[in-house]
Amino acid sequence: MLVFAGGQLLPGDVGRSILGPLADPRAVAVLDHQLGVDRPMLVQYWDWISHFVTGDMSTSYTYRSPVAPFVGTALVNSLKLGAVAFLIVVPLGIYGGVVAALNQDRWIDRAITLTSLSATVVPEFVSGIVLILTLGIGLRLFPITATPPPDAGFFTQLYYLILPSIPLVLVLFGYIARMARAGTVAALDSEYTRTAVLKGLPWRTVIWRHVLRNALLPTITVVASQTGYLIGGLVVVETLFHYQGIGGLIYSAARSHDFPMLEAGVLTVGLIYVVSTLAADLAYAMLNPRIRYGAGT
Amino acid sequence: MSTISTAEPEPAGFRQPRFERTRLLLRSPAFLCGMAILLFWVFCATVGQSYVDPLGDDILNALAPPSADHWFGTDQLGRDLFARVIAGARDILVVAPLATVLGVVLGTTLGLVMGFFPGPIDDIVSRVVEAVLALPLLIVALIALTALGTSNLTVIVAIGLSFTPLIARTVRAAVLTERNLDYVAAARLRGENALHIMFVEILPNVLPPIVVELTVRLGYAIFTVATLSFLGVGLQPPSSDWGLAISENYALIGGGYWWTVLFDALAIASLVIGVNLIADGVAGVAE
Amino acid sequence: MTREPPPADEIALRVENLDVAYRVRGRDRSVLRGLDLQIGRGETYGLVGESGCGKSTAAMAVMRYLPRNGRITAGRILIDGHDVTLMPDEALRRLRERSVSMVYQDPGRALNPSIRIGPQVAEVFTLVGASESEAQTRTLDVLRRVRITDPERVMERYPHQLSGGMQQRVVIAMALAVERKLIILDEPTTGLDATVEAEVLDLIEALRAEHSTSVLFIGHNLGVIARMCSRVGVLYAGRLVEEGPTREIFAEPRHPYTVGLLRCLPRRGTSRLDERLDTIPGFLPASPMAVSGCIFHPRCAMAQDICRQTEPPLIGLGGGRSSRCHFHADAPHLPRSTRPDPAVRSAVSEADAPLLRVEDLGKTFDSGGHPVHALRDISLHLRSGETLGLVGESGSGKTTLARILLGLIPPDSGSRLLLDAESLPPLPARRNLDAVQIVFQNPDSALNRAHTVRRIIGRALERLAKLRGRPMQERMLQLTHGVQLADRYLSAKPRQLSGGLKQRVAIARAFAGTPKLVVCDEPTSALDVSVQAAILNLLADLQAERHTSYLFISHDLGVVRYLSDRIAVLYLGRLMEVGPAERVFRGPHHPYTEALLSAVPGPDGTSRRVILKGEIPSAVRPPTGCAFHTRCPRRIGPICDTEEPPLSERDAGHAIRCHLATVEMRRETTGAAGVPV
Repeated sequence: MLVFAGGQLLPGDVGRSILGPLADPRAVAVLDHQLGVDRPMLVQYWDWISHFVTGDMSTSYTYRSPVAPFVGTALVNSLKLGAVAFLIVVPLGIYGGVVAALNQDRWIDRAITLTSLSATVVPEFVSGIVLILTLGIGLRLFPITATPPPDAGFFTQLYYLILPSIPLVLVLFGYIARMARAGTVAALDSEYTRTAVLKGLPWRTVIWRHVLRNALLPTITVVASQTGYLIGGLVVVETLFHYQGIGGLIYSAARSHDFPMLEAGVLTVGLIYVVSTLAADLAYAMLNPRIRYGAGT
Repeated sequence: MSTISTAEPEPAGFRQPRFERTRLLLRSPAFLCGMAILLFWVFCATVGQSYVDPLGDDILNALAPPSADHWFGTDQLGRDLFARVIAGARDILVVAPLATVLGVVLGTTLGLVMGFFPGPIDDIVSRVVEAVLALPLLIVALIALTALGTSNLTVIVAIGLSFTPLIARTVRAAVLTERNLDYVAAARLRGENALHIMFVEILPNVLPPIVVELTVRLGYAIFTVATLSFLGVGLQPPSSDWGLAISENYALIGGGYWWTVLFDALAIASLVIGVNLIADGVAGVAE
Repeated sequence: MTREPPPADEIALRVENLDVAYRVRGRDRSVLRGLDLQIGRGETYGLVGESGCGKSTAAMAVMRYLPRNGRITAGRILIDGHDVTLMPDEALRRLRERSVSMVYQDPGRALNPSIRIGPQVAEVFTLVGASESEAQTRTLDVLRRVRITDPERVMERYPHQLSGGMQQRVVIAMALAVERKLIILDEPTTGLDATVEAEVLDLIEALRAEHSTSVLFIGHNLGVIARMCSRVGVLYAGRLVEEGPTREIFAEPRHPYTVGLLRCLPRRGTSRLDERLDTIPGFLPASPMAVSGCIFHPRCAMAQDICRQTEPPLIGLGGGRSSRCHFHADAPHLPRSTRPDPAVRSAVSEADAPLLRVEDLGKTFDSGGHPVHALRDISLHLRSGETLGLVGESGSGKTTLARILLGLIPPDSGSRLLLDAESLPPLPARRNLDAVQIVFQNPDSALNRAHTVRRIIGRALERLAKLRGRPMQERMLQLTHGVQLADRYLSAKPRQLSGGLKQRVAIARAFAGTPKLVVCDEPTSALDVSVQAAILNLLADLQAERHTSYLFISHDLGVVRYLSDRIAVLYLGRLMEVGPAERVFRGPHHPYTEALLSAVPGPDGTSRRVILKGEIPSAVRPPTGCAFHTRCPRRIGPICDTEEPPLSERDAGHAIRCHLATVEMRRETTGAAGVPV
């Protein structure tokens, strides 16, 4: 099983040229000293990580104020956006994949496969632009920013998040649908499914009881590993839709060389990834008797 | 010593598998369709771009909507967008393939070594690979490029390196199954050294997944280069790259200048879909 | 046709003129053509043939569960008078629910990995309307009926937690849970160990008799078919070529293919020194439709013009027999395709100094911190030009022993390996590699599929014979002719070759140098019997010519007997018996050897029955005392549980590890009744 320690993420070595390559070396040294980044890397790293654990994420270079509140707000915003995207895409992707598999080689399978292939590979900013042009500006169905007015209620917030979540949904849909389809096809072709059919079980029972349970196990892991892609996608989508999330935060911190902010953002992202992978491993192990009891007799 | 007749008829299924694969590939509509799209853009990037002028500005004619003169309209500087879309294929079609090749070469070597030497080497490298994979690829590239500065070379290196662990993981898995096959034991019984076994015996057998990985990664490299350019850390002006163009112009869409971004967006979409159709066709045949 | 048809209501299954085709790359490939057969109520009908002849397709067609690209193109399948091919889906489902069921190879994959055994079996009962609690009790009952000793616990298990034999019993339980009219068994014991196979076959027979269920039994093992079936049909290339009562067909076959099949098997008690095996020359036709006339004529030594022009009908021979051969009367006198006299070899004398000497060999693996003794305290020797057969079921350590001899894994310290009286280094790096080579079980795994035959053999010649350039090319041709591999195959890759040809390439590779010892690890177990015979002949010829020694590993006792001078029997990493082949076969036996021998049914249908109870113990927790005592039908008493018997010599060169006195062993085995079950 994948056991993974968050401490292995070492974003501390991201380079120290805060003032850019053209700055006076002495100025860099002075600033380095002020910020304490001329200390040995391990010391810095320890200092920083030990503070991080206690919730103290040091100070932003750009804003000259503690990083933690920025990261906190951004994280909450991103989780909202990510949750909307996941809630749409996970059922949709699994449903699409299973439907495709059950109709293998028919037109509906080809349509779903082709759609998911195309949707997955188009970068978020491309589909985002097209969506803004059509649904946002053309038809005026949705606002073209993701940030709702202050004091907006739950449904208003949700309304504002739908358009930005679609590019993420598109990218993830392909991965999840493909995996679900492959798993279902493999389960349908398996000998235990043959046994179930030849027992005389009705087709519905065969599918629900024998096929899907085995088919969707691998999909769980895929869904979790997609959180990585999702966060990458957030960088783009939050920039495109002017949304204050963790992706936007990392992006602007990187552009402005605000390393404490960047590090805090990146570590948060890494932690989320680790947590979600761990959760997926646990779920997988719980649902898979082979792992639960160890292999063999 | 033989008394058995050697005049044996051809056994069932005696045929040339190599041509078989090419034939299957040429029969796959996905592959053909993707190839047509890719070749179209390669044509634009090589021959086409010398017939258009992506840099010629005409400030009086700035932000003109599509017309007979300017099929795709003009941008803020009055540059012809049709010319820029055609020429925009060039840089991405250089950078993305080079990044992919770099990643595949490094990843394959790493994967072969990891798969062939289980134990400490594999353990350590696996950990590092997992650590790298824990961060979204885009963020890794973004950070690397901010740290190193942006140029075509650094974009290639950043994307290539961030692909390496993914490819290494695929190759490693393939090598692990191969390693347990008896032909590897037979090679050891002839006294072959590790290098021979890895590169002469095992490598040819793990090529199909590597080729699939190559085509899939090429699609993803185009995806990533375009995205990085959109974020301003990829290809740099005055390139007429599509992602860069969208990044420069998307502030204008609120003003109704839709043509400044739409054609670039469609160009990117068509290229990535084309490359992935090829990947899909290749994966289908490799099975 | 002179089959005596039973009255219509006494027919459980009637297949009429069945054609099945698979669509491969846009073209229909015919797999079964004009199959006719019927199975009476309570009858067991066997369908035999080599791989690719269409026997599994026939089974799947009857269940109407063909692969997606398969299709019934003509004919009718009547079960209880209802045509399966025309049945609407719901009727088909009810048929499977109530009337027909099926058991096939590889029970591990036939069971759903994520559902416990209990609910998986109980499903069958709830389907026919039983309540939850009723289903529960009936599940317990049916598991008991398939002789699972602890059904309550087994019901709580997942499939992967059971052994192969146990899994197959569960599958049989599901198939027989509801009383069926017809049950189809498709190679139900292939892949199981011999003693487990014997037990499962017994079980099937007992349950069948209990309910007078009709059985369609599909298999490639003629011995198993002979034991189980009252009537048999022989399939060749999708055609039924002969049919009739099993005993008569196997005693006096009337189709040249059947004759050939039976002659490919070593006859009981014969060895390579007595006679050469006969083979069936040639290959199964790639496209049966392209063969004009009799489907078998390209491989038939009796073929005349009429055979090439006109396909014979299934000719009735009386007594329920029929044969699809123009010259069925002459079939028993089919000329041999190989000459009968054995390869001449220089004698191996008992007095010769041994080529290989293994002393106190042990191998301990680590399994999660626990030592597992894969091999313990093995001492063997092998003379030049001699074959030592190594027999044992899965987990006995046969393959581990082979790998140690090859230097692929090191033995425990304290083990001694001597080749030509010189110590054999434990790893290949420091060895004269040429001396010990191997022919692996599975040629698909053993040959690099990316390389051509020329490259595979050429590289071996470069490394092992140190040849290059022209001498290498010349030697290669010599070598490939020696293994009867036509030159045109040199530029082919392994996947383009049939299994038998691949194994010839592997043998050529092993003989590239001048090996003193070749380990043959089940070299024919993946091959059809006709191909197996040719490979066994080849190995015998090569040995006679080169005076090479073989360590021949196999689970097929007939094959081991044929090729070996001496035989060693392993059980759970222990050497149980070793001695000259004919003495090990004739007895006195170790009780385990006795059980192994009796588990093998011959095509003549005779076999004494010694049934072993229980599972092969896990090597992780081996039994105390004698390793075999947990399953031994002749356990003497507590001494067997506590004290391991020594390997003591009973005859010249024949040693047995057992507390029983030799007289005791002899007495019981010579008794006509054998050991009562």
